[in-house]
Amino acid sequence: MNTDSVSRALETPDERQPYAELGMKDDEYQRVRDILGRRPTGSELAIYSVMWSEHCSYKSSKVHLRQFGTKAPESEALLVGMGENAGVVDIGDGWAATFKIESHNHPSYVEPHQGAATGVGGIVRDIMSMGARPVAVMDALRFGGADQPDTRRVLPGVVEGISHYGNCLGLPNIGGEVVFDPCYIGNPLVNALCVGLLRKDQIKLATAPGPGNKVVLFGARTGADGIGGASVLASATFEDESQAKRPAVQVGDPFMEKLLIECCLELYQADVVVGIQDLGAAGVSCATTELAAKGTGGMEVNLNLVPLRDPTLRPEEILMSESQERMMAVVTPDDIPAFMAVCDKWDVPATVIGEVTDTGRLVMTWDGEVIVDIPPGTAADEGPVYERPFHEPAGQAALNADGPERLPRPEDLRETLLTLLGSPNLGSKEWVTSQYDRYVRGNTVLAQPADAGMLRISEVMPGAQETTRGIALATDGNGRYAKLDPYTGAQLALAEAYRNVAVTGATPLAVTNCLNFGSPEDPEVMWQFSEAVRGLADACRTLGVPVTGGNVSFYNQTGSTAINPTPVIGVLGVIDDVAQRVRSGFTAAGLRVLLLGETREEFGGSEWAHVVHGHLGGLPPQADLEAERGLAAVLTEAAARGLLEGSHDLSDGGLAVALAESCLAQGVGCTVTLPGEDAFVELFSESAARALVCVRPEAFDAFADLCVRHEVPCSGLGLTGGSALTVEGVLDVPVEELREVHTSALPRVFG
Amino acid sequence: MSAARVGVVTFPGTLDDQDAARAVRLAGAEAVPLWHADHDLKGVDAVFLPGGFSYGDYLRCGAISRFSPLMTELIPAARSGLPVLGTCNGFQILCEAHLLPGALTRNEGLHYICRDQRIRVESTRTAWTADFADGQEIVLPIKHGEGRYVADAETLAALESEGRVVFRYAGGNPNGSLNDIAGITNEAGNVVGLMPHPEHAVEDLTGAPSVDGRHFFTSILKRLVNA
Repeated sequence: MNTDSVSRALETPDERQPYAELGMKDDEYQRVRDILGRRPTGSELAIYSVMWSEHCSYKSSKVHLRQFGTKAPESEALLVGMGENAGVVDIGDGWAATFKIESHNHPSYVEPHQGAATGVGGIVRDIMSMGARPVAVMDALRFGGADQPDTRRVLPGVVEGISHYGNCLGLPNIGGEVVFDPCYIGNPLVNALCVGLLRKDQIKLATAPGPGNKVVLFGARTGADGIGGASVLASATFEDESQAKRPAVQVGDPFMEKLLIECCLELYQADVVVGIQDLGAAGVSCATTELAAKGTGGMEVNLNLVPLRDPTLRPEEILMSESQERMMAVVTPDDIPAFMAVCDKWDVPATVIGEVTDTGRLVMTWDGEVIVDIPPGTAADEGPVYERPFHEPAGQAALNADGPERLPRPEDLRETLLTLLGSPNLGSKEWVTSQYDRYVRGNTVLAQPADAGMLRISEVMPGAQETTRGIALATDGNGRYAKLDPYTGAQLALAEAYRNVAVTGATPLAVTNCLNFGSPEDPEVMWQFSEAVRGLADACRTLGVPVTGGNVSFYNQTGSTAINPTPVIGVLGVIDDVAQRVRSGFTAAGLRVLLLGETREEFGGSEWAHVVHGHLGGLPPQADLEAERGLAAVLTEAAARGLLEGSHDLSDGGLAVALAESCLAQGVGCTVTLPGEDAFVELFSESAARALVCVRPEAFDAFADLCVRHEVPCSGLGLTGGSALTVEGVLDVPVEELREVHTSALPRVFG
Repeated sequence: MSAARVGVVTFPGTLDDQDAARAVRLAGAEAVPLWHADHDLKGVDAVFLPGGFSYGDYLRCGAISRFSPLMTELIPAARSGLPVLGTCNGFQILCEAHLLPGALTRNEGLHYICRDQRIRVESTRTAWTADFADGQEIVLPIKHGEGRYVADAETLAALESEGRVVFRYAGGNPNGSLNDIAGITNEAGNVVGLMPHPEHAVEDLTGAPSVDGRHFFTSILKRLVNA
């Protein structure tokens, strides 16, 4: 087979090229020809097609995502913002945290186990490439209805994939979400988050400066995994038989990834890395173009030197391969022996495949012929940008007009509580989370089912200074709220994650997001997307927490039916003294139970409407961001002063579910009296900006003063104790009965 | 008197070595890192084989690790009385190395399980359990996919009659282990292997809601000091 070299491209200018099959539009292909002044070679076409795919270039979302920068709040904490592999924030005492959430939705539908596993692997390498030690993962999952047959195929596979890969890596899984809704039946969402820690002065960037420096490819060998995955799998829908796409899913090796983690950390300690980039979507194409574009501007690579698992691979395939567990580093010639010694110690194959130049060109050779000769920035940064048309969906007004007011109210609130608590969305997630190691590395302070995961910062890097600080993380998102009003829905997702961090006593600091939507070519989906981004950017400004990075996942639809728009928001917080963390729920008997925040009649998109009536209509709860801010201020200050014995945020299922979960946390009951007249609204409304706390009686006055100071409504509900959840005059359920209903929800479906 | 020195072994794919070293230090001993590729026990007084997925556990858990250079030093030392504790993957390696009888197979429920587990202490006559009371119930985390202890009838009978079952699961067998066995010892009582993780139950702030794991380390320290 003839190699399609640059000289051959010059000789055969009119050869027809399969750009359409690679997902490129006519005008995009023409632009490549204009940039190069000739037709691209097959290898160049491979590079441009993956780098300009929606997945890598953000061509449909870019114009909207800019708001995260233009509207960003002033933040002294932000060290590295959007555009790098992951954002980095200053968490004090010389420490920094880097975190990011990313989707692996389509691969997880095709091949649930490997799709979910490599989703974990990919996000972990993003965190490693910032110079950090990955310290924990979380997963935000959305599946079709729990009783739908395909959910029984997809969910166990996804959970097993996350479990196997994450557990083998030795990273504790400290939280996340599992949500069921029929809208995800043909398109589950698998969003994986990783957080890492590093010293502030050790941040690494994806850059290749210094002509003469060596380009090293290290980690697993390159095989035929996921060739075309980035542009085919991540951009196409599932109209076709997924069987035909099965080979496009990558297969992961967590053992190699664990070796890579330890190897990278030792390389950072030895200070022998000038720039580093992980190989994710678009593999060598992405790593070489991005490193070169951000460095001195040029690079020469001999593709024959790439170690192969499959020796028959063509250069185009090597460039597009998405084989997992690979990294690329830029290293000075003097440091190469030390670099190789560390790789050798960890049995990680490493090969010099090229070097940095100052030519401004990315040049690749194969069998001595030049097969790539491009300005790297044109592939990495100058992809197409689309202003996609958008308009409000035709049925939006009717959807909003069909409010929950028309739904019949329940007579028996005890029964309603048990129905909700035993439903798949509110039932215990232990069936899933007991398959994840939450203890490894010994720094887990809080993990699921706590509102947020929390980690102590300890023994991250050899010899690094100890600190009393800790970090907290939560992810949230509610597709039903976002369907009713994407602007408010995105704000509510942020508000809930922000609140979940605050109830543990940590101060929310920064945001990552994974925006899961249907096709951007559908103007109604594009409207949902633009509204959600606008809402999120506005809310970040009000709450004072900047977006540090994230991921957009489009084309989440089967046929013409898109999923509910699902922005999943992750919030990172910091607690000055991790020993002051607040545990979830009622931690002892004899404590005063207090409800913080204001309850309104808000049932649009609620769990009650969903579970009891299968209804979705009206408007979601108000997003009162000033109230969220006040509430978080009360919670974090109270925690720091040692005033809180336990806390829990109010969200899906309202006060009733929060009370039940608080009783279940430690098996401590309570007796409470509702402050308002309408018990149904008091118990099941999903008004935001609320939390349940318990305080020692002697701490009450100080706590109440704090609420007054921050203008947060505080109602005394009653006392903890006993072995039942008692709402005076309304319902009375033994904690054991709550537990039975709660814990059997998922085993009933999944065995 | 200098502190007792407890070696903590790292294989490629070992995961709980940091936790193991911390637990050793919290008990007042020095944690000495031991590397799988070295023929060197560094003169330690005892060895802790922590959990993980050594060499990826792709063949059979612990099957490759037992052939590592470090293990070729450790096996004769253990036979000569060096105290050795293996947890989880460490237990699997001890079985593969024939320092302990039997094998650990796939959990009965086929899922990996991470949970806080009640355990009954059945023997306090080992190097690692002297500080417990016979019959004491403790809580330690388990986290494994292949923790179902199996052995032939003869071996089981010998373990039971010789009092070498050190730990049994209480309040429900999580993985289908024969005789509810969670941990065993060798004839001399210096080598102990168990699936639960004492190193994750040594601090109030982190890990399991228990500090019962501390007694493993206080037990071995007293023994080393008195030796």
